[in-house]
Amino acid sequence: MDSQPIIEFTNFTFQYFSQAEPTLHDMNLNIYPGQKILIVGPSGSGKSTLGHCLNGLIPFSYRGEVHGSLKINGVETSTLDIFQLSKVIGTVLQDSDSQFVGLTVGEDIAFALENDNVPGDEMHRRVRSVAQMVDMDTLLTSSPFELSGGQKQRTSLAGVMIDDVEILLFDEPLANLDPATGKTAIEIIDDIHKQSGKTIIIIEHRLEDVLHRDIDRILVIDDGRIIADMDAHALVASPILKETGIREPLYVTALKYAEVKVTEEMRAGHIETLKTEFSRDALQTWYGHIQPADHLNTRPSILKMEDISFSYDGIRPVLTDINFDIHEGEMVSIVGKNGAGKSTLSKLLCGFEKEDRGRIFYRGKDLRDKSIKERAEIIGLVMQNPNQMISNPMIYDEVALGLRLRQVPEEEITLRVDKVLKICGLAPFVDWPISALSYGQKKRVTIAAILVLDPKILILDEPTAGQDFRHYTEIMEFLVKINKLGVTVILITHDMHLMLEYTPRAIVLAGGRKIADTAASVVLTDAQVIAEANLKETSLFALSHMAGIEDGTQFVQGFIDYERRLKNR
Amino acid sequence: MNMKMKLFSYNLADTPIHRLSGLTKLICFLFLTFAVMYSYDIRVTLAVMVFSILLMWVSKIRFSQVRLMVIYVLIFIVTNAVISFFFSPEYGTTIYGTSHEFAKIFGISLTYEQLFYQVTKMFKYASVIPLGMIFLLTTNPSEFASSLNGIGVNYKAAIAVALTLRYFPDIQRDYHDIYLSQQARGLELSSKAKFFDRFKNSLLIVIPLIFSTLDRVEVISNAMDLRGFSKNKTRTWYTSRKLSRQDVLALVVSGLIFIATVCVSVFINQSRFYNPFI
Amino acid sequence: MKDLFKVNTKTIVATGLGAAIFTLLFMYVKVPSPVPETSFQTAYGLSALFATLFGPIAGALISFIGHALSDAIQYGSPWWSWVIASGVSGFIFGFAFKRTKVEEGEFKGKDILTFNIIQVIGNVIAWVVVAPVLDILIYQEPVNLVFTQGITAAIMNCISAGVIGTLLLIAYAATRTKKGSLSKK
Ligand SMILES: Nc1ncnc2c1ncn2[C@@H]1O[C@H](COP(=O)(O)OP(=O)(O)OP(=O)(O)O)[C@@H](O)[C@H]1O
Ligand SMILES: Nc1ncnc2c1ncn2[C@@H]1O[C@H](COP(=O)(O)OP(=O)(O)OP(=O)(O)O)[C@@H](O)[C@H]1O
Ligand SMILES: [Mg+2]
Ligand SMILES: [Mg+2]
Repeated sequence: MDSQPIIEFTNFTFQYFSQAEPTLHDMNLNIYPGQKILIVGPSGSGKSTLGHCLNGLIPFSYRGEVHGSLKINGVETSTLDIFQLSKVIGTVLQDSDSQFVGLTVGEDIAFALENDNVPGDEMHRRVRSVAQMVDMDTLLTSSPFELSGGQKQRTSLAGVMIDDVEILLFDEPLANLDPATGKTAIEIIDDIHKQSGKTIIIIEHRLEDVLHRDIDRILVIDDGRIIADMDAHALVASPILKETGIREPLYVTALKYAEVKVTEEMRAGHIETLKTEFSRDALQTWYGHIQPADHLNTRPSILKMEDISFSYDGIRPVLTDINFDIHEGEMVSIVGKNGAGKSTLSKLLCGFEKEDRGRIFYRGKDLRDKSIKERAEIIGLVMQNPNQMISNPMIYDEVALGLRLRQVPEEEITLRVDKVLKICGLAPFVDWPISALSYGQKKRVTIAAILVLDPKILILDEPTAGQDFRHYTEIMEFLVKINKLGVTVILITHDMHLMLEYTPRAIVLAGGRKIADTAASVVLTDAQVIAEANLKETSLFALSHMAGIEDGTQFVQGFIDYERRLKNR
Repeated sequence: MNMKMKLFSYNLADTPIHRLSGLTKLICFLFLTFAVMYSYDIRVTLAVMVFSILLMWVSKIRFSQVRLMVIYVLIFIVTNAVISFFFSPEYGTTIYGTSHEFAKIFGISLTYEQLFYQVTKMFKYASVIPLGMIFLLTTNPSEFASSLNGIGVNYKAAIAVALTLRYFPDIQRDYHDIYLSQQARGLELSSKAKFFDRFKNSLLIVIPLIFSTLDRVEVISNAMDLRGFSKNKTRTWYTSRKLSRQDVLALVVSGLIFIATVCVSVFINQSRFYNPFI
Repeated sequence: MKDLFKVNTKTIVATGLGAAIFTLLFMYVKVPSPVPETSFQTAYGLSALFATLFGPIAGALISFIGHALSDAIQYGSPWWSWVIASGVSGFIFGFAFKRTKVEEGEFKGKDILTFNIIQVIGNVIAWVVVAPVLDILIYQEPVNLVFTQGITAAIMNCISAGVIGTLLLIAYAATRTKKGSLSKK
């Protein structure tokens, strides 16, 4: 690379005003024009902080101490203000609801131009052409309320691209997107990269999903330091992912189970580039030796929905004729595209909304006349958005709230809260205010606040959004543990790994109807269900074909059974 | 508590009123309301009221859309009338300078002056309402901010209004969700609870709403700064439109009505009041 | 003094979102008072909080926009004299901006007193002076009526801004972090 770097960190250190330690340590990093970079790392490792340094939010909006140098296009950023930087680097924030400041799509895309005093006609012309690029030109007059998560993300993208910046920065673009929309988002980003040659930086936990398209370099950040800088093939072949607690692609895990030594030569960074000649035999042998586990849950029904239909406004149906039966001690996931009605379903179960038709039974008893409070004795719900549940400024009080309202003696509260905080990985933060936590940490606070109440049935809406693999595993293992003790667990999720790994059974919603209710491995290999519910075929399926194994579904099921046995040992 | 109520039931009908630009409608609204607020002449008030009801008809507003507002307004006007009578039963006499008594209740004399003053006041209040309704129901909220900026309001204040309209539905939904999730944690919100507990418990809903909003302020203002908000002294608006012939016509008509009202007061009544008693 | 009226993007956004909550509280979250047909408006506690955190401009606009909007939604048109009075009260609340140590995480004795003195002055000027005078100028309401109404409103709003505003500020102070204070256990 002989050209001049577009981004240049030299001995760069940053410490937030309220922190006792620096968050970024002594960074040295060069990024060249036109590169496409992925940044991964555990939650709280400083990825977003790095992004803030680039786009100028540090020091413009967050106070702190900076040492060392950061140059963009050869210019020291400390001599630029945020407006000058915004002409060079465009940022798409994780929270697309907050990024969407206009009343309609058109206004939002035009926001940067309005601030630049671009005259009306030119503005409309430019908005239309950018909207076409992201396929939003027919929705210019829609309000954010009428858009799906993916459409909001596209709008944010257009709003940033309209300024013709040189660098695009995406902070967790996939969080909260359903698998198919996430895949599309990665494709859009890649197309823009190919067409315009912009420099692209993506921060993301979902490594495998980003690797759906090419990436030039992957940076691994741990504890504020860059500990690896390599391409995808080298990274998955190295032990770094495992050491830092980042999830490797599922097919790589399968290869390792089959005792294949993953090397750089195998080009395992993307499933498309994987050379299977080194591993075909090993995979077949491994597959042949898996003993199927028995799955039948014959225990009595604990929760049953019968012909449930619901609409918020009485006009547009959100759920239509939903039927299902969940058995005691089961672990089930509910999946489906953005806006399919998953969260709504959980609200009906808890009595937050009243069904228009149909009945809900708990152990054969009709729940119709039970109030929210009475249902809450049985069913605990962790809502999708943590901010909607948190009502105390301090972590400890928040988790203790439900117990205090139930008049549990204070000594017992202390015991139970401490225990649950430990499980959720929050013990180091007991006396922090909630406002100093990252999104993933806040989410864990809400899980703790419900877990502490010991419900019979636990519903978690997107429990793993924004979590790194280590915490994700800890939370899920704990759920498995309480599930074994008899608690029924329902997971609403966009994470197909989660569904495969932890829930033998999946209920699939699309357009407010139930379109499948079967084994998770079957769902993820059924092309029609996948298309209808915006899911994504698992890479294990592709792997089985590459290895010459006919029955892909059976292979996926085999993988799950093997993994479960491994954990139970 | 009807949380499903829409903010503006802005309807997308295509009428001459809807086609006017937001800026025009805002200026006309201000002209006409100032006219009726300034004048205490029942003839002027009635004329404006008839005119605005006509406009409501033109803009195809159905009664069902405004029924709730009408009920609120009627309750308000009646209460106001009763209270102000008992507080100052002779205020009319003071204003008009004469006293024509026609009945007596509870030893308070009823005069034509008082009756006339109160009737005038009732119509004065009532006549503003249809104007407001037309404005709310035919103006695209997107155009509102640019219109405010158009009449000279600082663009930062105009953006604040736009943000209010943008985030009100979100906040309404958050409030509802917090309300439910707190109940699920065991919070008693029904009227069974004692007064003080109810007060404390409603705070338990309001506090998370406010604090999550404060967090959001940070994120949203970052997003706006990153896209260059407030770097210039002025800004343009995606939704502002050029004024058409109809816009000019509407502006002239409402301007004339305002001037006429002032003229009636200055030259005919020689005061803000129309006095039929001398 | 000049700092008091400085407006940056955060002030604008706080104003917009604050006005949205104000509208919501003004319409739905009234705490019934012992006097029949009246209630404590929690919304004034909110405007006192935001005014203290973001200054007089934000305070004035939040109460003005919020009050106007909720009037418009309920009655079809704002009740200008009271809307303006609301704006004035929010503006004066804003003089507590940077006069307390709430941003540093402390809101105790002296700060509570400062805040409440300012809050009471704001309510008295708004409801005992501005609102009645405008009522008389615009609507020619009877003098004794408007002053009785004004005094009642001033008392009620002093209580809600005082109680709710103080509680909110104490809660807010608890979430502030001091320099270099955060470290993992
Ligand atoms: N405004 C702030 N003030 C003080 N500390 C902060 C602030 N923002 C972040 N931190 C701290 O800095 C560290 C890194 O945070 P950052 O948001 O960069 O993490 P991240 O790698 O993006 O994590 P995630 O994957 O959860 O988004 C965390 O320990 C966090 O507590
Ligand atoms: N409070 C509400 N009022 C009106 N409509 C709503 C409300 N909440 C959700 N909806 C609508 O109902 C539909 C289903 O929403 P829901 O939140 O249940 O989807 P979801 O499957 O959880 O989606 P996601 O995966 O994006 O979380 C959506 O079209 C949504 O816009
Ligand atoms: Mg982050
Ligand atoms: Mg959802």
